[in-house]
Amino acid sequence: MIPTSYYLALSVILFAIGVAGVLLRRNAIILFMAIELMLNSANLVFVAYSRQFGALDGQILVFFVMTVAAAEVAVGLALIVTIFRSKASIDVDDISMLKG
Amino acid sequence: MFELVPFILLFPVLGLLTNLVFGRYLGERFVGIIASGAVAASFIVSVIQVFALVNNNFHVETVLVADWITIGKMYLPWQIRVDTLSVTMMVLVTGVGTLIHIYAVGYMHGDKRFARFFVYLNLFVVMMLVLVAADNYLMLFVGWEGVGICSYLLIGFWYDKGDDNLGNARAGRKAFVVNRIGDFGFLIAMFMIFGAVGSLQFDAVLYYFENHGMEVGQLATTITLLLLVGAAGKSAQIPLFVWLPDAMAGPTPVSALIHAATMVTAGIYMMVRSAPIYAIAPSSQMTVALLGAGTALMAGTIALAQWDIKRVLAYSTISQLGFMVAAVGLGAHVAAMFHLITHAFFKALLFLSAGSVIHGVEHGAHKSDDHCDPQDMRNMGGLKDKMKITFGVYVVGAIALAGIFPLSGFWSKDEILADAWHVGMVEGHWHGMTVYILLALAAVITAFYMTRQIILVFFGSSRSAAANHAAENPPTMTVPLIGLAILSIVGGGINLPWSHTLGSWLEHTHHFFHGIDFNLTVALTSTALAVASIFVGFIVYYRRPLESSTAPDPLMSVLGPSLKFFYNKWYIDELYGTTFVRLYEWKARFLAFKVDRDFWHDFVHNQIILKSFKNVSGTLSGPVDRLGINKFFDGLAYSVHNIAVKVLRPVQTGYVRNYALGVMLGVVMVLGIMLIR
Amino acid sequence: MYEFILHITSTLTVVTFFPLVGVFVLLLINKEKKDLLRWVGVGTALLTFVFSLVMLGQFDSQDAGMQLVVSESWIQIGSNWSIDYHLGVDGLSVLLVLLATLLTPIAMFASWTAIEERVKEYMIFFLLLEVGMTGVFLALDLFLFYIFWEFTLVPMYFLIGIWGGENRIYASIKFFLYTMAGSILMLVAVLWIGTVQGTFSYTALASMGNIPPGTQRWLFLAFAAAFAIKVPMWPLHSWLPDAHVEAPTAGSVILAGVLLKLGTYGFLRFNLGLFPDASHYFAPSIAFLAVVGIIYGAIVSYPQKDVKKLVAYSSVSHLGFVMLGLFALNDRGIQGAILQMVNHGISTGALFLIVGMIYERRHTRSLDEFGGLWTVMPLYGSLTLIVVLSSMGLPGLNGFVGEFTILLGAFGSEALGSYYYSIVAALGVILAAIYMLWMFQKMFLGAVSNEKNALLQDLNWREIVVLVPLLILIFWIGLYPSPFFNLMSASVEQLTAALDFGNTLVLQ
Repeated sequence: MIPTSYYLALSVILFAIGVAGVLLRRNAIILFMAIELMLNSANLVFVAYSRQFGALDGQILVFFVMTVAAAEVAVGLALIVTIFRSKASIDVDDISMLKG
Repeated sequence: MFELVPFILLFPVLGLLTNLVFGRYLGERFVGIIASGAVAASFIVSVIQVFALVNNNFHVETVLVADWITIGKMYLPWQIRVDTLSVTMMVLVTGVGTLIHIYAVGYMHGDKRFARFFVYLNLFVVMMLVLVAADNYLMLFVGWEGVGICSYLLIGFWYDKGDDNLGNARAGRKAFVVNRIGDFGFLIAMFMIFGAVGSLQFDAVLYYFENHGMEVGQLATTITLLLLVGAAGKSAQIPLFVWLPDAMAGPTPVSALIHAATMVTAGIYMMVRSAPIYAIAPSSQMTVALLGAGTALMAGTIALAQWDIKRVLAYSTISQLGFMVAAVGLGAHVAAMFHLITHAFFKALLFLSAGSVIHGVEHGAHKSDDHCDPQDMRNMGGLKDKMKITFGVYVVGAIALAGIFPLSGFWSKDEILADAWHVGMVEGHWHGMTVYILLALAAVITAFYMTRQIILVFFGSSRSAAANHAAENPPTMTVPLIGLAILSIVGGGINLPWSHTLGSWLEHTHHFFHGIDFNLTVALTSTALAVASIFVGFIVYYRRPLESSTAPDPLMSVLGPSLKFFYNKWYIDELYGTTFVRLYEWKARFLAFKVDRDFWHDFVHNQIILKSFKNVSGTLSGPVDRLGINKFFDGLAYSVHNIAVKVLRPVQTGYVRNYALGVMLGVVMVLGIMLIR
Repeated sequence: MYEFILHITSTLTVVTFFPLVGVFVLLLINKEKKDLLRWVGVGTALLTFVFSLVMLGQFDSQDAGMQLVVSESWIQIGSNWSIDYHLGVDGLSVLLVLLATLLTPIAMFASWTAIEERVKEYMIFFLLLEVGMTGVFLALDLFLFYIFWEFTLVPMYFLIGIWGGENRIYASIKFFLYTMAGSILMLVAVLWIGTVQGTFSYTALASMGNIPPGTQRWLFLAFAAAFAIKVPMWPLHSWLPDAHVEAPTAGSVILAGVLLKLGTYGFLRFNLGLFPDASHYFAPSIAFLAVVGIIYGAIVSYPQKDVKKLVAYSSVSHLGFVMLGLFALNDRGIQGAILQMVNHGISTGALFLIVGMIYERRHTRSLDEFGGLWTVMPLYGSLTLIVVLSSMGLPGLNGFVGEFTILLGAFGSEALGSYYYSIVAALGVILAAIYMLWMFQKMFLGAVSNEKNALLQDLNWREIVVLVPLLILIFWIGLYPSPFFNLMSASVEQLTAALDFGNTLVLQ
C-alpha cells in the first residue's frame, strides 16, 4: 500500500503549482485553472487521510469542495465573460480598477 | 292663568323666526301682519296676566321656564316674575309696541329690507319683555343688553346712509359702546350683590337689603351708584346721554318705540325694581335725584336750540327721562312709573307724528323735486292745513308733554313736582328744593320748545317746495296716531290724585310704593309757568315767523352766544371726542404699533433675541467653529490623507496576483507563527 | 392577544388613534385624486367625531374621577418604574376632546377649495394633528402627555410653513421655537417628578399630593413656562399674531380653537391638579398677567388693519378671561373657564372661518379694502354678526355665560383676595364691543366702497354647512348651558376640594 505521505507530497506539489499559477500567470482562465488545482490538491489530502483513518468525513467534505468549486467556476466564468465584453481582454493586469 | 306667561315671549319669537325664514317670500302685507299680530297676541297675554294677578289677590307669581346657569350654590334660572310692576311694563311695552308695529307697516312701505326691519323689531320686543319679565338681575341684564343690540341694529338699519354713507352705522356703534359703559357699572353691581347675598333673584336680594337695613348701607350705596351708572347709560342721563340724539338716525318707528317709549325707560324700571336697595342708601338717592334733575334741565336747554325735528324730541326725551330718574331718587317710585307710562304715550305719539311729518315732507320732496333735508324744521312751515290729522295729534302730544291740564302729562309731571316739593319743604332736605327748582325750570323750557316746534312746523308759510307739496299719510300711519293721541289725553286717568289707581296697584309689589297727595300750589304754579311759557313762545315765533329756511332763530337776538352753546349741545360730544375717544384711539395705536409691533415684536423679538442669537451663532460658527474646531479636524484629516497617499496608496496596485501574494504571505506568516509557538 | 384587542378597541384609544387609519388610507391614494383625498380626510375626521360622541355616551357625568381608563405598561424601566400608555377622560377634559374632534372636520371641510396644492400631505398633517390634540387631552401619564404635546407641534409647523402666507417660514419657525423653549422646561419638570416621585402617572401623583411646597413652586413655574407660552399669556403672545396671520384658514381655526386650549388645559390639569399650594401662591400673579392680557389684547386689537391680526389679538384677550377664571380657584371660576375655552374655540374658530371665506374671494384681509359687504352678501353679513356678538359676550349667546361666571368667580375668589381683578377685567367687555363692532362696521356697514366687492358671491352651501354647527352651539350654550356645566361639575368640585385641602394643609 502506498503510504499517505506520498499523497501529501503530491498534494503539496500540486498546491505549489496552483499558487505559482495564480501569482505568475495573467490569463484569467489559467488563473481559474490554477485555483482549481489548489482546490483539488486539498481534495487529495482529504481523501488520503480519509483512507488512512477509515472515516468518511473527509470524503464528504470533498463533495462539498467540488460543489463549491463548480459554483465558483460558474460565477467566475460569467465574470470573465462580462469583463471580456467590456474590455475585449481577459488579461487580469488590465482590470486594475482597484488601484489606489 | 300664570302659566300662559311664557307665551308673552313665545309669540314674538315665533313672529321673528317666521319672518326671518320666510320673510322674503311673504310680501310686505304678511310680514307686517305676522309681526304686528305677534306683538298684539303678547299684549292679550299680558292683559290676561293683569286679571290673573287680580284673581290672585295681587300676589306675586314666578314661572320657571328653564334652568340656565347652575354652578354649586349659584342658581340662575330662566324665570318669569309676574307682579304688578312687571305686568305694568309688559302691558305698556306690548300695547305701545303693537301700535308702533302697525304704524311701521305704513312707514317702512317699499323699503328693500322690510322683512328684516320687522325681525329686528320683534326681537326688540322679545328682549324688552325678557327685561321686564325677569325674576333675577342676570336675566334682566340679558334683556338689557339684548335691547341694546336691537337698538344698535335698528339705529344702523339704513347702514349705508348718513354722513360718508356711514353716519348711521357710527351712530349705532356709539349707542352700543356708550351703553356698554353703563352695562359695566351694572355688571359690577351684580357681582357685588351676588358677593353679599349669594343670589341674584329679586326676592332674595330685596329680602337681604330690607332685613339688614343700615348695617349694609355702605355696600348699598356702592351698589346703587353702580346701578345708576347702568341706568345712566340706558336711560341717557348725564354723563352718558350723548348716544340718544345720534340714535335718531334710525327709522322713526324705532325712535318712537325704542328711544322714547320703552328701552330708554329700562333704567328707570331697573331702579324702581331695586328700590329697597336705594331705600337704605340716602346719599345715592340724592345723587340720583340731582343727576336726573340736572339732566332734565340740561337736555331741555339743548332741545331749545335744535333745528332737526327728531333731535328736539330726542333731547326732550332725555329731559323727561331726567324727570323720571329724579322721581326715583326722591323715592317717588309711583310718580316715576306714572310719568314713564304717560311719557310712553305722548312721546311715542310725538315721534310717530314727527315721522308722519317727515314722510309727508319727503313725499312733497319727491313731487316737487326739492331735495332739502326733510327733518329740518327750517324747511317746513304751514303744514297744519296740508296734514290735518298729523297736526291735530301733534298738538295733543305737545300739550301733554308741556303738562297742561287735564292731559296725561299734567298729572304725571305734577306728581313728580309735588314729590320734590314734599321732600324739599315738608321733609326739609335741601336737595328736594334744588330738584324742584331744576325740574320746574325744565318744565318751563319744555313748554317753550314744544311751542317753538309746533309753530315752526305747522304755522306760517311753507319755507320750501317740499313742505309746500306735503300730503297726509295713509290710515295705517294715522290710525295708530289717533289711538296714541287718545291715550295721551286720558292716560292721566290711571293715577288721578284722588284715586291713586296706579299707586295702589304697584303697592302690591313693594309696600313703600305709594302716591303723593295732590298739591294745589305746585299744580297751579307749574300750570301757570307752562302757560306763560307757551305764551312767550307764541310771541317769539308766531308774531315774527321765520322768513326763509336760512333765517336765524329769533331767539338768537335774546340769548346770543348761549343759544349757540345750546345748539352745539354744550360741546359735550366735542369734549368726549377729544378726551376719551381721541385718547383711546391714540393709546390703542400707541400700544398696538409702538409697543406691541415696534418694541415687543420687532425690537425685542426680532432685534434683541433673534439678532443676538444670530450674533452668538455667528461667532460660534465663524471664529470658534470654522477657524478653531474645524481647522483642527481639517488638519487631522489632511495628515491622514497624506499618510494614505504617500504610504498606503502604492500598495494598492490593482493586480489580482499582488493581492493573492499578500494573502499567501499572510498564510505563510500565520502558519509560521503557529509552527514557532 | 385577547387583551391586546381589548386595548386597541377601547373607546379612548379609538378616539385618539382612529385618524391614523385615515392617514394610512390616504398614503395609498394617488395624489392627483384630490377630491377623493378630501373625502377620505374629512370622512375620517367625521368618524372620529362620531367615536368621540360614543365616548360622550359612555361618560358618566356624576363620576368625578377618571373614566374609560386604558392603562398598559409601555416602557418598563426597572421593576416598578414605568412609562405607561395611560388614557382617561373626566369632566375637565371631556368637552375639550369633543371640541377638538368637532373643529377638525369643520376646519378640514372649510379648506376644500382653499387648498389645491399637496392636498394629500395637507390631509395627512391635519389628521396627525388631531391625534396629537386628542392625545394631549386624554393622556394621564406625564411622559405620554409630553410626547403628545410635542407631537402637535410638528404637523402645525408644516401646516403653517407649507400652506401659509408670504412670511410663513418666519412665522412657523417662531411658532416652533417659542413653544419648544417652554416645553423643554416642562420636560425637565416631568423627568424630575418621574424620578423623585417614582411614577409618571397623573392619577397616582394627584392622589399622593406629597410634593413639598417649595418644590411645588419650581415645578409650577416649569410647567407654567410651557403652558403660558401656548395660551399665550401676556407678554409671551408675540408668536400668536404671526402664526395666525400666516397660517391657512383651517390652520388658524385649529390653532385658535384647540391648540391654545392645550395651554389652558395644561394649567388646569397639571398646575392646579398637582401643585395646589403653588397654585394658591401664584394665583394673584397669574391673575394679574391675565387681566393685563385682557385689557392689552382688547386695546391692541382695535387699530389693527388686518382682520386676522385683529382676531388674533382678541384671542389674547379672551384667553386672559380663561386664565383669570382658572386661577380664581373656585368652582364658578373654573367651570366658567372650561366653558369659555369651548366658547372661544367656537366663536374665534367661526371668526377665522369667516375671515377665510372673504379671503378666498378677495385675497386680502385688509379692513380698508372692505365696506358695505352686508349689502352684497346679506347671509354672510348676518352670520358674521351673530359670531361677532357671541365673541363680544352678548347675553343670550355663548360668550356671555362663560365670561359672566368667570368674572363672578374671580370677584368672590378667596385665592385672589381682591375683587379688583374682576372689575378691571370687566372693562374688557366694553373694549370688546369697541373693537368687534369696529371690525363689523368696517367690513359690512356703509355703502359698497370698493367696486371689487360689488360682485362678490354670497356663501355657498359648503360654507353654510361649515358654519351652522358652530352657530347652533353659540345659541345652545348661550341659552341652555346646563348640559355643559353638568358634564364638568363633579370633576371641578373634586378639584376645588383638593385645592382647598392643599391650601389648608399648608396653612397649618
